[in-house]
Amino acid sequence: MNDPTPSIAAPLSSEGAAVSVRDVVRHFGRFAALRGITADFAPGRLYVLLGENGAGKSTLLRVIAGLLAPSRGSVRVLGSSDIRSVATRFGYMGHAPLLYDEMSAVENLAYFAALYGITDRARCEDAIRTVGLDPSLERRVGQYSQGMRQRISLARAIVHGPELLFLDEPFSNVDVRSAKQMTSLLARMRDQGTTIFVVTHQAAIMEPVADECVVLDAGRLVAREKGIPPRLLTPYLAEERAALRTNMEGA
Amino acid sequence: MTSPTLWAITRRSLVKDLRLEWRSKDAINSMLFFALLVVVIFSFGFDPTAEESRKIAGGLLWVAILFATVVALNQTWTRELRNQVLDAYRLSPAPPQALFLSKTIGNFLFVSILEVLMVPLFVVFYNLRSVGPVWQLLVVALLATWALVVNGTFFAALSIRTRSREIMLPLILFPISIPALLAMVDATTSILTGDNSPIFWIRLLAVYDLVFTTVSLILFEPVLNAE
Repeated sequence: MNDPTPSIAAPLSSEGAAVSVRDVVRHFGRFAALRGITADFAPGRLYVLLGENGAGKSTLLRVIAGLLAPSRGSVRVLGSSDIRSVATRFGYMGHAPLLYDEMSAVENLAYFAALYGITDRARCEDAIRTVGLDPSLERRVGQYSQGMRQRISLARAIVHGPELLFLDEPFSNVDVRSAKQMTSLLARMRDQGTTIFVVTHQAAIMEPVADECVVLDAGRLVAREKGIPPRLLTPYLAEERAALRTNMEGA
Repeated sequence: MTSPTLWAITRRSLVKDLRLEWRSKDAINSMLFFALLVVVIFSFGFDPTAEESRKIAGGLLWVAILFATVVALNQTWTRELRNQVLDAYRLSPAPPQALFLSKTIGNFLFVSILEVLMVPLFVVFYNLRSVGPVWQLLVVALLATWALVVNGTFFAALSIRTRSREIMLPLILFPISIPALLAMVDATTSILTGDNSPIFWIRLLAVYDLVFTTVSLILFEPVLNAE
Protein backbone atom coordinates (compact mmCIF):
# COMPACT_ATOMS: atom_id res chain seq x y z
CA MET A 1 0.00 0.00 0.00
CA ASN A 2 2.84 2.39 0.74
CA ASP A 3 5.09 1.47 -2.16
CA PRO A 4 6.67 4.80 -3.08
CA THR A 5 7.32 3.89 -6.72
CA PRO A 6 4.54 4.61 -9.18
CA SER A 7 3.74 1.58 -11.24
CA ILE A 8 1.68 0.82 -14.30
CA ALA A 9 0.82 -2.74 -13.47
CA ALA A 10 -1.26 -4.99 -15.66
CA PRO A 11 -2.44 -7.33 -12.92
CA LEU A 12 -4.34 -9.88 -14.99
CA SER A 13 -5.01 -10.96 -18.52
CA SER A 14 -7.88 -9.36 -20.40
CA GLU A 15 -9.72 -12.73 -20.33
CA GLY A 16 -10.95 -12.43 -16.75
CA ALA A 17 -11.11 -8.65 -16.64
CA ALA A 18 -14.30 -6.72 -15.91
CA VAL A 19 -12.96 -3.93 -18.11
CA SER A 20 -10.13 -4.10 -20.56
CA VAL A 21 -8.85 -1.14 -22.58
CA ARG A 22 -6.20 -1.44 -25.27
CA ASP A 23 -4.25 1.53 -26.63
CA VAL A 24 -7.26 3.82 -26.29
CA VAL A 25 -6.86 7.26 -27.82
CA ARG A 26 -9.59 9.88 -27.84
CA HIS A 27 -9.34 13.18 -29.67
CA PHE A 28 -11.59 16.22 -29.40
CA GLY A 29 -10.67 18.06 -32.56
CA ARG A 30 -6.88 18.40 -32.37
CA PHE A 31 -6.78 17.91 -28.60
CA ALA A 32 -5.90 14.40 -27.41
CA ALA A 33 -7.83 13.76 -24.18
CA LEU A 34 -6.61 10.14 -23.96
CA ARG A 35 -3.21 9.14 -25.34
CA GLY A 36 -2.89 5.40 -25.65
CA ILE A 37 -4.29 3.93 -22.45
CA THR A 38 -3.93 0.19 -21.95
CA ALA A 39 -5.16 -1.48 -18.77
CA ASP A 40 -7.13 -4.40 -17.39
CA PHE A 41 -9.39 -4.09 -14.37
CA ALA A 42 -10.27 -7.16 -12.32
CA PRO A 43 -13.87 -7.80 -11.26
CA GLY A 44 -15.14 -7.16 -7.72
CA ARG A 45 -12.75 -4.33 -6.94
CA LEU A 46 -13.17 -0.64 -6.23
CA TYR A 47 -10.98 1.56 -8.41
CA VAL A 48 -10.45 5.27 -7.82
CA LEU A 49 -9.38 7.36 -10.80
CA LEU A 50 -7.26 10.32 -9.77
CA GLY A 51 -5.67 13.16 -11.67
CA GLU A 52 -5.86 16.87 -12.23
CA ASN A 53 -8.57 18.61 -14.22
CA GLY A 54 -8.22 17.67 -17.88
CA ALA A 55 -6.20 14.52 -17.10
CA GLY A 56 -8.76 12.42 -18.99
CA LYS A 57 -10.54 10.65 -16.10
CA SER A 58 -14.11 11.48 -17.15
CA THR A 59 -13.30 10.89 -20.80
CA LEU A 60 -11.92 7.44 -19.98
CA LEU A 61 -15.07 6.62 -18.02
CA ARG A 62 -17.31 7.82 -20.87
CA VAL A 63 -15.33 5.81 -23.39
CA ILE A 64 -15.60 2.66 -21.28
CA ALA A 65 -19.35 3.23 -20.74
CA GLY A 66 -19.86 3.64 -24.48
CA LEU A 67 -20.94 7.28 -24.37
CA LEU A 68 -17.89 8.24 -26.42
CA ALA A 69 -16.28 6.16 -29.13
CA PRO A 70 -12.49 5.89 -28.92
CA SER A 71 -10.63 7.55 -31.80
CA ARG A 72 -8.32 4.54 -31.72
CA GLY A 73 -7.97 1.37 -29.66
CA SER A 74 -10.50 -1.05 -28.23
CA VAL A 75 -12.59 -1.47 -25.10
CA ARG A 76 -14.04 -4.69 -23.68
CA VAL A 77 -16.62 -4.48 -20.93
CA LEU A 78 -17.67 -7.66 -19.09
CA GLY A 79 -16.07 -9.71 -21.83
CA SER A 80 -17.83 -8.00 -24.71
CA SER A 81 -16.64 -5.38 -27.17
CA ASP A 82 -20.29 -4.60 -27.98
CA ILE A 83 -21.11 -2.38 -25.02
CA ARG A 84 -24.84 -2.25 -25.85
CA SER A 85 -25.05 -6.01 -25.40
CA VAL A 86 -24.03 -5.64 -21.74
CA ALA A 87 -26.03 -2.46 -21.08
CA THR A 88 -28.21 -4.15 -18.45
CA ARG A 89 -25.12 -5.15 -16.47
CA PHE A 90 -23.57 -1.75 -15.77
CA GLY A 91 -24.65 1.56 -14.29
CA TYR A 92 -23.30 5.06 -14.83
CA MET A 93 -23.54 8.22 -12.81
CA GLY A 94 -22.31 11.29 -14.66
CA HIS A 95 -21.23 14.83 -13.80
CA ALA A 96 -24.80 15.95 -14.49
CA PRO A 97 -27.54 14.13 -12.55
CA LEU A 98 -29.21 12.56 -15.65
CA LEU A 99 -32.63 13.18 -14.07
CA TYR A 100 -35.76 15.11 -15.07
CA ASP A 101 -36.15 18.17 -12.84
CA GLU A 102 -39.95 18.22 -13.29
CA MET A 103 -40.48 14.70 -11.87
CA SER A 104 -40.17 13.33 -8.34
CA ALA A 105 -37.43 10.89 -7.36
CA VAL A 106 -39.74 7.84 -7.59
CA GLU A 107 -41.16 8.97 -10.94
CA ASN A 108 -37.63 9.41 -12.30
CA LEU A 109 -36.48 6.03 -11.07
CA ALA A 110 -39.64 4.28 -12.26
CA TYR A 111 -39.04 5.62 -15.77
CA PHE A 112 -35.34 4.76 -15.90
CA ALA A 113 -35.94 1.32 -14.34
CA ALA A 114 -38.53 0.65 -17.06
CA LEU A 115 -35.82 1.23 -19.66
CA TYR A 116 -34.14 -1.84 -18.13
CA GLY A 117 -37.36 -3.84 -18.13
CA ILE A 118 -38.03 -3.31 -14.42
CA THR A 119 -41.62 -2.38 -13.66
CA ASP A 120 -41.59 -3.06 -9.91
CA ARG A 121 -42.06 0.29 -8.16
CA ALA A 122 -40.96 -1.22 -4.82
CA ARG A 123 -37.51 -1.76 -6.29
CA CYS A 124 -37.25 1.95 -7.12
CA GLU A 125 -38.30 2.86 -3.59
CA ASP A 126 -35.67 0.45 -2.21
CA ALA A 127 -32.96 2.11 -4.32
CA ILE A 128 -33.97 5.52 -2.96
CA ARG A 129 -33.86 4.19 0.61
CA THR A 130 -30.47 2.62 -0.08
CA VAL A 131 -28.98 6.05 -0.79
CA GLY A 132 -30.49 7.40 2.43
CA LEU A 133 -33.49 9.32 1.08
CA ASP A 134 -37.22 9.01 1.65
CA PRO A 135 -39.09 7.62 -1.37
CA SER A 136 -42.36 9.19 -0.21
CA LEU A 137 -40.95 12.68 -0.88
CA GLU A 138 -43.22 14.16 -3.55
CA ARG A 139 -41.00 17.15 -4.26
CA ARG A 140 -39.72 17.36 -7.80
CA VAL A 141 -36.02 16.68 -8.28
CA GLY A 142 -35.48 20.27 -9.50
CA GLN A 143 -36.34 21.43 -5.97
CA TYR A 144 -33.82 19.09 -4.30
CA SER A 145 -30.50 20.29 -2.92
CA GLN A 146 -27.43 19.48 -5.00
CA GLY A 147 -26.39 16.74 -2.57
CA MET A 148 -29.82 15.08 -2.71
CA ARG A 149 -29.74 15.15 -6.49
CA GLN A 150 -26.36 13.41 -6.39
CA ARG A 151 -27.81 10.67 -4.20
CA ILE A 152 -30.87 10.21 -6.42
CA SER A 153 -28.51 10.07 -9.36
CA LEU A 154 -26.64 7.24 -7.61
CA ALA A 155 -29.97 5.50 -6.96
CA ARG A 156 -30.75 5.77 -10.69
CA ALA A 157 -27.39 4.21 -11.53
CA ILE A 158 -27.92 1.22 -9.22
CA VAL A 159 -31.68 0.62 -9.53
CA HIS A 160 -31.21 -2.26 -11.98
CA GLY A 161 -28.60 -3.99 -9.80
CA PRO A 162 -25.52 -3.58 -12.02
CA GLU A 163 -22.41 -5.71 -11.61
CA LEU A 164 -20.25 -2.84 -12.89
CA LEU A 165 -20.65 0.76 -11.77
CA PHE A 166 -19.09 3.96 -13.14
CA LEU A 167 -19.29 7.05 -10.95
CA ASP A 168 -18.05 10.43 -12.13
CA GLU A 169 -17.52 12.88 -9.25
CA PRO A 170 -20.24 11.35 -7.05
CA PHE A 171 -19.31 13.49 -4.01
CA SER A 172 -19.37 16.95 -5.54
CA ASN A 173 -21.58 19.19 -3.39
CA VAL A 174 -22.30 16.30 -1.01
CA ASP A 175 -21.77 16.95 2.72
CA VAL A 176 -19.22 14.83 4.60
CA ARG A 177 -21.78 12.66 6.42
CA SER A 178 -23.67 11.85 3.22
CA ALA A 179 -20.40 11.21 1.40
CA LYS A 180 -19.43 8.70 4.09
CA GLN A 181 -22.81 6.97 3.74
CA MET A 182 -22.32 6.78 0.00
CA THR A 183 -18.81 5.41 0.48
CA SER A 184 -20.08 2.71 2.84
CA LEU A 185 -22.72 1.76 0.29
CA LEU A 186 -20.08 1.47 -2.41
CA ALA A 187 -17.92 -0.68 -0.15
CA ARG A 188 -20.88 -2.98 0.55
CA MET A 189 -21.60 -3.28 -3.17
CA ARG A 190 -17.95 -4.06 -3.84
CA ASP A 191 -18.02 -6.75 -1.13
CA GLN A 192 -21.02 -8.29 -2.89
CA GLY A 193 -19.02 -8.52 -6.11
CA THR A 194 -19.74 -5.26 -7.94
CA THR A 195 -16.81 -3.71 -9.80
CA ILE A 196 -16.77 0.03 -9.16
CA PHE A 197 -14.91 2.90 -10.82
CA VAL A 198 -14.97 6.27 -9.07
CA VAL A 199 -13.60 9.46 -10.59
CA THR A 200 -13.02 11.96 -7.84
CA HIS A 201 -10.92 14.89 -6.68
CA GLN A 202 -11.79 14.02 -3.08
CA ALA A 203 -9.39 11.12 -2.69
CA ALA A 204 -9.50 11.30 1.10
CA ILE A 205 -13.18 10.26 1.12
CA MET A 206 -12.42 7.12 -0.89
CA GLU A 207 -9.18 6.26 0.89
CA PRO A 208 -10.70 3.86 3.48
CA VAL A 209 -12.46 1.71 0.89
CA ALA A 210 -10.40 1.97 -2.33
CA ASP A 211 -8.78 -1.25 -3.55
CA GLU A 212 -6.67 0.44 -6.13
CA CYS A 213 -6.04 3.91 -7.49
CA VAL A 214 -5.40 4.71 -11.10
CA VAL A 215 -3.60 7.97 -11.79
CA LEU A 216 -3.99 9.79 -15.07
CA ASP A 217 -1.96 12.73 -16.26
CA ALA A 218 -2.45 14.57 -19.55
CA GLY A 219 -4.36 11.65 -21.05
CA ARG A 220 -1.87 8.99 -19.98
CA LEU A 221 -2.15 6.34 -17.30
CA VAL A 222 0.89 7.13 -15.15
CA ALA A 223 0.40 4.96 -12.05
CA ARG A 224 -1.67 2.14 -10.56
CA GLU A 225 -1.30 1.37 -6.91
CA LYS A 226 -3.02 -0.59 -4.16
CA GLY A 227 -5.29 1.59 -2.05
CA ILE A 228 -4.56 5.29 -2.14
CA PRO A 229 -1.00 5.87 -0.91
CA PRO A 230 -0.46 8.90 1.37
CA ARG A 231 1.80 10.59 -1.18
CA LEU A 232 -1.14 10.62 -3.60
CA LEU A 233 -3.55 11.53 -0.87
CA THR A 234 -1.52 14.44 0.45
CA PRO A 235 -1.76 16.79 -2.52
CA TYR A 236 -5.51 16.28 -2.59
CA LEU A 237 -5.82 16.81 1.17
CA ALA A 238 -3.67 19.90 0.84
CA GLU A 239 -5.92 21.16 -1.95
CA GLU A 240 -9.03 20.46 0.11
CA ARG A 241 -7.56 22.26 3.12
CA ALA A 242 -6.53 25.20 0.96
CA ALA A 243 -10.03 25.40 -0.51
CA LEU A 244 -11.54 25.27 2.97
CA ARG A 245 -9.20 28.02 4.18
CA THR A 246 -10.12 30.20 1.19
CA ASN A 247 -13.81 29.66 1.85
CA MET A 248 -13.43 30.54 5.52
CA GLU A 249 -11.42 33.65 4.71
CA GLY A 250 -14.04 34.62 2.14
CA ALA A 251 -16.79 34.16 4.73
CA MET B 1 -35.26 -8.30 -15.40
CA THR B 2 -37.03 -8.74 -18.75
CA SER B 3 -35.88 -7.18 -22.00
CA PRO B 4 -37.81 -3.97 -22.62
CA THR B 5 -39.93 -4.12 -25.76
CA LEU B 6 -40.30 -1.32 -28.31
CA TRP B 7 -43.95 -0.65 -27.48
CA ALA B 8 -43.52 -0.85 -23.72
CA ILE B 9 -40.73 1.74 -23.80
CA THR B 10 -42.59 3.89 -26.34
CA ARG B 11 -45.62 3.96 -24.06
CA ARG B 12 -43.50 4.70 -20.96
CA SER B 13 -41.59 7.48 -22.70
CA LEU B 14 -44.80 8.97 -24.11
CA VAL B 15 -46.44 9.03 -20.67
CA LYS B 16 -43.29 10.64 -19.26
CA ASP B 17 -43.28 13.32 -22.00
CA LEU B 18 -46.99 14.06 -21.50
CA ARG B 19 -46.42 14.35 -17.76
CA LEU B 20 -43.46 16.72 -18.28
CA GLU B 21 -45.47 18.81 -20.73
CA TRP B 22 -48.48 18.91 -18.41
CA ARG B 23 -46.24 20.25 -15.65
CA SER B 24 -44.15 22.69 -17.67
CA LYS B 25 -46.53 23.51 -20.59
CA ASP B 26 -43.45 24.66 -22.52
CA ALA B 27 -44.50 23.40 -25.94
CA ILE B 28 -48.26 23.89 -25.81
CA ASN B 29 -48.14 27.46 -24.50
CA SER B 30 -45.55 28.73 -26.95
CA MET B 31 -47.20 26.90 -29.86
CA LEU B 32 -50.71 28.21 -29.10
CA PHE B 33 -49.56 31.75 -28.57
CA PHE B 34 -47.56 31.73 -31.80
CA ALA B 35 -50.40 30.18 -33.85
CA LEU B 36 -52.94 32.62 -32.46
CA LEU B 37 -50.71 35.54 -33.44
CA VAL B 38 -50.35 34.17 -36.97
CA VAL B 39 -54.13 33.72 -37.40
CA VAL B 40 -54.90 37.23 -36.12
CA ILE B 41 -52.19 38.84 -38.27
CA PHE B 42 -53.40 36.94 -41.35
CA SER B 43 -56.97 38.08 -40.67
CA PHE B 44 -55.78 41.72 -40.56
CA GLY B 45 -53.74 41.23 -43.73
CA PHE B 46 -56.57 39.77 -45.83
CA ASP B 47 -60.21 40.61 -46.20
CA PRO B 48 -61.43 37.87 -48.52
CA THR B 49 -64.91 36.99 -49.74
CA ALA B 50 -66.30 33.53 -48.84
CA GLU B 51 -65.21 32.17 -52.22
CA GLU B 52 -61.67 33.57 -51.90
CA SER B 53 -61.45 32.28 -48.34
CA ARG B 54 -62.03 28.73 -49.50
CA LYS B 55 -59.17 29.10 -51.97
CA ILE B 56 -56.57 30.53 -49.59
CA ALA B 57 -57.58 29.05 -46.22
CA GLY B 58 -55.77 25.73 -46.82
CA GLY B 59 -52.47 27.53 -47.43
CA LEU B 60 -52.86 29.93 -44.52
CA LEU B 61 -53.91 27.20 -42.09
CA TRP B 62 -51.07 24.83 -42.89
CA VAL B 63 -48.40 27.54 -42.98
CA ALA B 64 -49.59 28.72 -39.56
CA ILE B 65 -49.49 25.13 -38.24
CA LEU B 66 -46.05 24.50 -39.76
CA PHE B 67 -44.58 27.59 -38.08
CA ALA B 68 -46.22 26.73 -34.75
CA THR B 69 -45.01 23.12 -35.02
CA VAL B 70 -41.41 24.31 -35.34
CA VAL B 71 -41.80 26.18 -32.05
CA ALA B 72 -42.95 22.94 -30.36
CA LEU B 73 -40.31 20.81 -32.04
CA ASN B 74 -37.54 23.00 -30.68
CA GLN B 75 -38.76 22.14 -27.17
CA THR B 76 -38.91 18.40 -27.87
CA TRP B 77 -35.29 17.58 -27.32
CA THR B 78 -34.32 20.54 -25.13
CA ARG B 79 -35.58 18.83 -21.99
CA GLU B 80 -33.57 15.72 -22.87
CA LEU B 81 -30.39 17.83 -23.01
CA ARG B 82 -31.04 19.46 -19.63
CA ASN B 83 -29.12 17.47 -16.98
CA GLN B 84 -27.82 15.33 -19.90
CA VAL B 85 -30.79 12.99 -19.46
CA LEU B 86 -30.35 11.75 -23.00
CA ASP B 87 -27.13 10.01 -21.85
CA ALA B 88 -29.18 7.91 -19.41
CA TYR B 89 -31.33 6.70 -22.30
CA ARG B 90 -28.29 6.03 -24.50
CA LEU B 91 -26.73 3.91 -21.74
CA SER B 92 -29.83 1.79 -21.31
CA PRO B 93 -30.75 -1.30 -23.36
CA ALA B 94 -33.99 0.40 -24.49
CA PRO B 95 -34.43 0.53 -28.28
CA PRO B 96 -33.57 4.02 -29.66
CA GLN B 97 -36.58 3.84 -32.00
CA ALA B 98 -38.89 3.81 -28.96
CA LEU B 99 -37.62 7.24 -27.96
CA PHE B 100 -38.19 8.54 -31.48
CA LEU B 101 -41.69 7.08 -31.70
CA SER B 102 -42.71 8.45 -28.31
CA LYS B 103 -41.48 11.93 -29.21
CA THR B 104 -43.25 11.79 -32.57
CA ILE B 105 -46.54 10.59 -31.07
CA GLY B 106 -46.25 13.23 -28.33
CA ASN B 107 -45.69 15.97 -30.90
CA PHE B 108 -48.57 14.57 -32.96
CA LEU B 109 -50.87 14.96 -29.95
CA PHE B 110 -49.66 18.50 -29.19
CA VAL B 111 -50.10 19.64 -32.80
CA SER B 112 -53.51 17.92 -32.97
CA ILE B 113 -54.61 19.88 -29.90
CA LEU B 114 -53.40 23.03 -31.63
CA GLU B 115 -55.40 22.16 -34.76
CA VAL B 116 -58.55 21.45 -32.77
CA LEU B 117 -58.26 24.93 -31.25
CA MET B 118 -57.17 26.70 -34.43
CA VAL B 119 -59.61 25.35 -37.01
CA PRO B 120 -62.71 26.90 -35.37
CA LEU B 121 -60.84 30.22 -35.28
CA PHE B 122 -60.15 29.94 -39.01
CA VAL B 123 -63.80 29.09 -39.67
CA VAL B 124 -64.88 32.20 -37.76
CA PHE B 125 -62.22 34.62 -39.06
CA TYR B 126 -62.56 33.55 -42.71
CA ASN B 127 -66.26 32.61 -42.72
CA LEU B 128 -65.40 29.14 -44.11
CA ARG B 129 -67.90 26.59 -45.40
CA SER B 130 -66.66 23.40 -47.03
CA VAL B 131 -68.16 22.44 -50.38
CA GLY B 132 -66.52 18.98 -50.41
CA PRO B 133 -67.02 16.20 -47.80
CA VAL B 134 -65.76 17.31 -44.38
CA TRP B 135 -64.64 13.81 -43.32
CA GLN B 136 -61.90 14.03 -45.97
CA LEU B 137 -60.52 17.06 -44.12
CA LEU B 138 -60.04 14.83 -41.09
CA VAL B 139 -58.03 12.31 -43.13
CA VAL B 140 -55.89 15.13 -44.56
CA ALA B 141 -55.36 16.59 -41.08
CA LEU B 142 -54.18 13.24 -39.65
CA LEU B 143 -51.80 12.49 -42.54
CA ALA B 144 -50.52 16.07 -42.79
CA THR B 145 -49.90 16.37 -39.06
CA TRP B 146 -47.96 13.11 -39.02
CA ALA B 147 -45.91 14.30 -42.03
CA LEU B 148 -44.95 17.49 -40.18
CA VAL B 149 -44.09 15.88 -36.85
CA VAL B 150 -42.27 12.78 -38.09
CA ASN B 151 -39.86 14.91 -40.12
CA GLY B 152 -39.71 17.61 -37.53
CA THR B 153 -38.91 15.25 -34.66
CA PHE B 154 -36.17 13.59 -36.67
CA PHE B 155 -34.53 16.80 -37.84
CA ALA B 156 -34.88 18.36 -34.39
CA ALA B 157 -32.90 15.38 -33.05
CA LEU B 158 -30.34 15.88 -35.81
CA SER B 159 -29.83 19.52 -34.88
CA ILE B 160 -29.75 19.23 -31.06
CA ARG B 161 -25.97 19.23 -30.90
CA THR B 162 -25.57 22.23 -33.19
CA ARG B 163 -25.02 25.60 -31.56
CA SER B 164 -27.82 27.46 -33.36
CA ARG B 165 -30.41 24.69 -33.38
CA GLU B 166 -33.44 27.08 -33.36
CA ILE B 167 -32.28 28.42 -36.74
CA MET B 168 -30.99 25.07 -38.00
CA LEU B 169 -34.29 23.21 -37.64
CA PRO B 170 -36.42 25.34 -40.02
CA LEU B 171 -33.51 25.54 -42.46
CA ILE B 172 -33.46 21.75 -42.76
CA LEU B 173 -37.14 21.04 -42.17
CA PHE B 174 -38.85 23.48 -44.54
CA PRO B 175 -37.22 22.32 -47.81
CA ILE B 176 -37.82 18.65 -46.92
CA SER B 177 -41.46 19.41 -46.07
CA ILE B 178 -42.28 21.11 -49.39
CA PRO B 179 -43.86 18.00 -51.04
CA ALA B 180 -45.96 17.35 -47.93
CA LEU B 181 -46.91 21.02 -47.61
CA LEU B 182 -47.95 21.12 -51.26
CA ALA B 183 -50.04 17.99 -50.79
CA MET B 184 -51.75 19.16 -47.59
CA VAL B 185 -52.54 22.63 -48.97
CA ASP B 186 -53.87 21.33 -52.30
CA ALA B 187 -55.87 18.55 -50.64
CA THR B 188 -57.44 21.01 -48.18
CA THR B 189 -58.22 23.54 -50.93
CA SER B 190 -59.72 20.81 -53.12
CA ILE B 191 -62.04 19.71 -50.32
CA LEU B 192 -63.04 23.25 -49.31
CA THR B 193 -63.78 24.42 -52.87
CA GLY B 194 -65.06 21.08 -54.19
CA ASP B 195 -63.36 21.88 -57.53
CA ASN B 196 -61.04 18.86 -57.77
CA SER B 197 -60.68 15.44 -56.19
CA PRO B 198 -58.21 15.47 -53.25
CA ILE B 199 -57.47 11.73 -53.62
CA PHE B 200 -54.14 12.19 -55.44
CA TRP B 201 -52.87 14.55 -52.73
CA ILE B 202 -54.10 12.30 -49.95
CA ARG B 203 -52.25 9.35 -51.49
CA LEU B 204 -49.12 11.49 -51.86
CA LEU B 205 -49.33 12.40 -48.17
CA ALA B 206 -49.77 8.73 -47.20
CA VAL B 207 -46.70 7.70 -49.23
CA TYR B 208 -44.70 10.63 -47.84
CA ASP B 209 -45.61 9.57 -44.28
CA LEU B 210 -44.70 5.96 -44.93
CA VAL B 211 -41.33 6.77 -46.52
CA PHE B 212 -40.25 9.34 -43.94
CA THR B 213 -41.41 7.28 -40.95
CA THR B 214 -39.44 4.27 -42.20
CA VAL B 215 -36.31 6.28 -43.03
CA SER B 216 -36.42 8.16 -39.71
CA LEU B 217 -36.77 4.92 -37.73
CA ILE B 218 -33.82 3.39 -39.56
CA LEU B 219 -31.57 6.44 -39.20
CA PHE B 220 -32.49 7.47 -35.68
CA GLU B 221 -29.99 5.25 -33.83
CA PRO B 222 -26.88 6.83 -35.43
CA VAL B 223 -28.43 10.28 -34.91
CA LEU B 224 -29.01 9.55 -31.21
CA ASN B 225 -25.47 8.31 -30.72
CA ALA B 226 -23.76 11.01 -32.79
CA GLU B 227 -21.19 12.99 -30.79
